[in-house]
Amino acid sequence: MRRPSPWHLVLIPITFILLVPFFWMLITSLETEAETRRFPPVLWPASPQWHNYVTALNAAPFARFMVNSAVVAIVVVVANLVLCSLAGYAFARLRFLGNGALFAVLMATLMVPFQVTMIPEFLIVKWTGTNIWSQLGIDHLGALIVPNMATAFGIFLLRQFFLTIPVELEEAARIDGTSRLGVLFKIVLPLSMPALATLAALTFLDSWNSFLWPLIVINTESHMTLPLGLTTFQGSHDTNWNLLMAGNVFSLLPMLLVFFAAQRYFVRSVAATGLKG
Amino acid sequence: MAEVEYRKVTKRYPNGVEALKEFDLLVADGEFVILVGPSGCGKSTALRMLAGLDKPTSGDILVGGEVVTRQGPGERDIAMVFQNYALYPHMSVYKNLAYGLRQRKTAKHEIDRRVQEIGGILGITELLDRKPAQLSGGQRQRVAMGRALVREPQAFLLDEPLSNLDAKLRGQVRAELKRIHQRLGITSIYVTHDQVEAMTLADRICVMNQGEVQQLGAPQDVYEHPANMFVAGFMGSPAMNLVPATVSGGQVVLGEHPLRPAPAGHPEVVVGIRPECLHITSTGAGIRATVDFHEPLGSHALVHCLVGQGTVGVVEHTAGSVVVQAGADISPRPGDRLTLGVDPKDVYLFDADTGEALGEAERERVIVSGVEKAQ
Repeated sequence: MRRPSPWHLVLIPITFILLVPFFWMLITSLETEAETRRFPPVLWPASPQWHNYVTALNAAPFARFMVNSAVVAIVVVVANLVLCSLAGYAFARLRFLGNGALFAVLMATLMVPFQVTMIPEFLIVKWTGTNIWSQLGIDHLGALIVPNMATAFGIFLLRQFFLTIPVELEEAARIDGTSRLGVLFKIVLPLSMPALATLAALTFLDSWNSFLWPLIVINTESHMTLPLGLTTFQGSHDTNWNLLMAGNVFSLLPMLLVFFAAQRYFVRSVAATGLKG
Repeated sequence: MAEVEYRKVTKRYPNGVEALKEFDLLVADGEFVILVGPSGCGKSTALRMLAGLDKPTSGDILVGGEVVTRQGPGERDIAMVFQNYALYPHMSVYKNLAYGLRQRKTAKHEIDRRVQEIGGILGITELLDRKPAQLSGGQRQRVAMGRALVREPQAFLLDEPLSNLDAKLRGQVRAELKRIHQRLGITSIYVTHDQVEAMTLADRICVMNQGEVQQLGAPQDVYEHPANMFVAGFMGSPAMNLVPATVSGGQVVLGEHPLRPAPAGHPEVVVGIRPECLHITSTGAGIRATVDFHEPLGSHALVHCLVGQGTVGVVEHTAGSVVVQAGADISPRPGDRLTLGVDPKDVYLFDADTGEALGEAERERVIVSGVEKAQ
């Protein structure tokens, strides 16, 4: 146990403020539709409507959304771990012409907001679907996976971590007869678990929460991911808040699991790299 | 095991710095050669190029008569011990030792046999299940050596392997290294800046400075017959005293005291005398010196003195300072005047411009005649 510090006087109230939306989500998910519209708001439902969860699950193909979200998130995570490792290692250790310049360009892309690249990306995905493989095109899960298989952030994160590993370890392995690729997989990656766990968790959360891009490229209900599927409860004139919030609770659970599983690495690594999640 | 050869190896970095200049060295099969020199002299560069971690700008490296210059580190069958050991932190000691053999697709029972054998030789059998983080510095050092030796490589490279150990442990491991080399007889090339390691371990030492070989030879030979002022100053602890002297009347004179006959054609020379060869005398004849300070070391003491004092014109002049290794029983005070004696055979002469040793033939004659006299 840590000793109480004056900071707790600030941190504890802030924690409560941060928890309010989650609490509100839970309360709303247990209210009747009428209670969700009452003013002043109901702080605790008269009788908790547990069946809201069943109704929400039946109102939309949640299982399908969940599977789609999981497929996209898992493939994207695995692809990021593999591709960002390879690229990050190359930037960290291989000497090639233009290494520094190329890395600077890559870093510069971090400053370009998604809204700028959204339309060109859409056009590329559309062209890919028409000319290369339809599964990668508009309205397919491939369109959610391929553009996110490697990220500049992931490459940066791993490169920085690889640079902290003593180069003698790699030299020793090379003298022991290991190839460059072998050095990466047998020596560098096993020592980079904290960075890999962080990247996996961040990528998973990012993919799981992604809304705008799926909204643009996915039209068919059976290809929708969870955030997109939740919009089913939101109409132009009327929103079933209680069911929407019940759906949100479902959507939140995997994220909480990932976060708690990787929390140790996650917090430490974000703190160490001075980066925001 | 094999012979190792460097043929006119040069390493020039993109910024123009020449780390190694036309380096030639032939290490015989089973020989223990030590590359010694101050930091930045090119010794580690030479070692890294032999390991294949750096490529030479020009020249060739041969292992067992085969040119390996273009081969990768894994193809050369060479093992290396790094200064910081570079043990794989995520593997147990056993796996660290077995790693190189696994990479070379050695049969499992053979790996096990060799790991146990080398574990026995190095006394690390009981550590095989531990991770490197659970080992002490000395144990890590032994595991690092084990990892290199277990492969039975053609040549064994060591890059300042003892520099991370404390003084006591360094002495123990040094002795252990010598024993292992005598037992296994692997061609070994060892880099250090510590001349005690060089003197005690090597069959031959190669003294380097600024990317060039200064002298190559048996340790005692290099110690007794330094080729130039750099080698003379580098080998030996405390270092040899090097003081500028004048030539007058065919004699080399230091502080008005003639030391030995001067070699012809060298009006300016530097005198080299080892601290243990200087002694404080009461006969009156000798080098006049003034005590600067005194360092008692238990078994003996080092007396730092200023010598060659006099006046040049009206200016007070001091030729230089010397260290005298004296008995532990003396305790001179700063400013005390002493007379230092030295046998002419212990006086080295160097050219003041080139630093080359001078008159070694005459010195040899003095030594021989001295021996004859003694007989």
